[in-house]
Amino acid sequence: MELSEQEVLRYARHIVLPQIGGVGQRTLKGASALVVGAGGLGSPAIYYLAAAGIGALHIVDNDVVDRTNLHRQILYRMAELGEPKAQTARRRVEAINPHVSVQATRCRVDDTNVEGLVRGCSVVLDGSDTAGTKFLLNRACVAASVPLIYAGVIRFEGQVTTIAPGVGPCLQCLFADPEAFDRDPLETCSQAGVLGAVAGQIGSLQAIEALKILLGVGDPLIGRMLVVDALDNRFRTVPFIQRPECPVCGSESGE
Amino acid sequence: MNKEVQIHQHLHLVGHKCPMNFVYTKLKLEEMRDGEVLEVVVSTGEPARNVPRSVIAEGHKVLEEGTLGEHYRIRIRKVGE
Repeated sequence: MELSEQEVLRYARHIVLPQIGGVGQRTLKGASALVVGAGGLGSPAIYYLAAAGIGALHIVDNDVVDRTNLHRQILYRMAELGEPKAQTARRRVEAINPHVSVQATRCRVDDTNVEGLVRGCSVVLDGSDTAGTKFLLNRACVAASVPLIYAGVIRFEGQVTTIAPGVGPCLQCLFADPEAFDRDPLETCSQAGVLGAVAGQIGSLQAIEALKILLGVGDPLIGRMLVVDALDNRFRTVPFIQRPECPVCGSESGE
Repeated sequence: MNKEVQIHQHLHLVGHKCPMNFVYTKLKLEEMRDGEVLEVVVSTGEPARNVPRSVIAEGHKVLEEGTLGEHYRIRIRKVGE
């Protein structure tokens, strides 16, 4: 995976970093990421992964651009209202970085397609807005041994954690009952509202986690949930452990 | 400094601004083997100050440096891998 002269110039500020260098930049070029949800979280994550020079990016979203999206979903323009997000996001990525091979799929992630989407990816970013999709991605990523960067955002708050199958706990170790997660007063942001820039901050953190995992540098949020309260500017890290009885990743789960 | 050092690779980077002079130096060092020597010629001034500093920060050894006519020469021994 060689870097062209243009790529060396484009990624110069990456290459000078001791943790990246030419070796790391070529690793990113050889990597692939699946981003589920090209919304408030997906927008900055997609922008930064594309700009960082990830080799292949697969964007999955079932929605079209709506006027109510524009305060946080910074991938989109007024002229794109009504257009499918996945394909619009692909055009944006192609305009930023022609060295990224980008695929766009307009679909809802469900039991029938999740395995195929996740298989073979270097990393998955969860930018979805439903509990069902989040737990589905967790299950599929654990089964396929693909790292998953989970995030959620609502009002002025956000959460990020990194699920590294075989290394740390999974989402269901933390939220034992997915049904209860759905009933949580932590409604979807369509009802509760969200500060657009908080989605931007959390989506950027997801991109950073994904890049760290791919490069094998730093201390990713494995077994730790970063909880951000933007109103008070409080960043807390809440540790959590693998549950042996976890039906997804636990040693007692009957595998 | 009288003993002649064996040079394994050479880069002429005069005219390249910071940080590209260091970027090309670093990429070349990554290709080389532990203990091999890279000779780099850069412009005087800022590049002459920055490149040796950055190379040392990455753990390599600057064997010698100094002006070479109108330019600046740095001899680096690769450390690691």
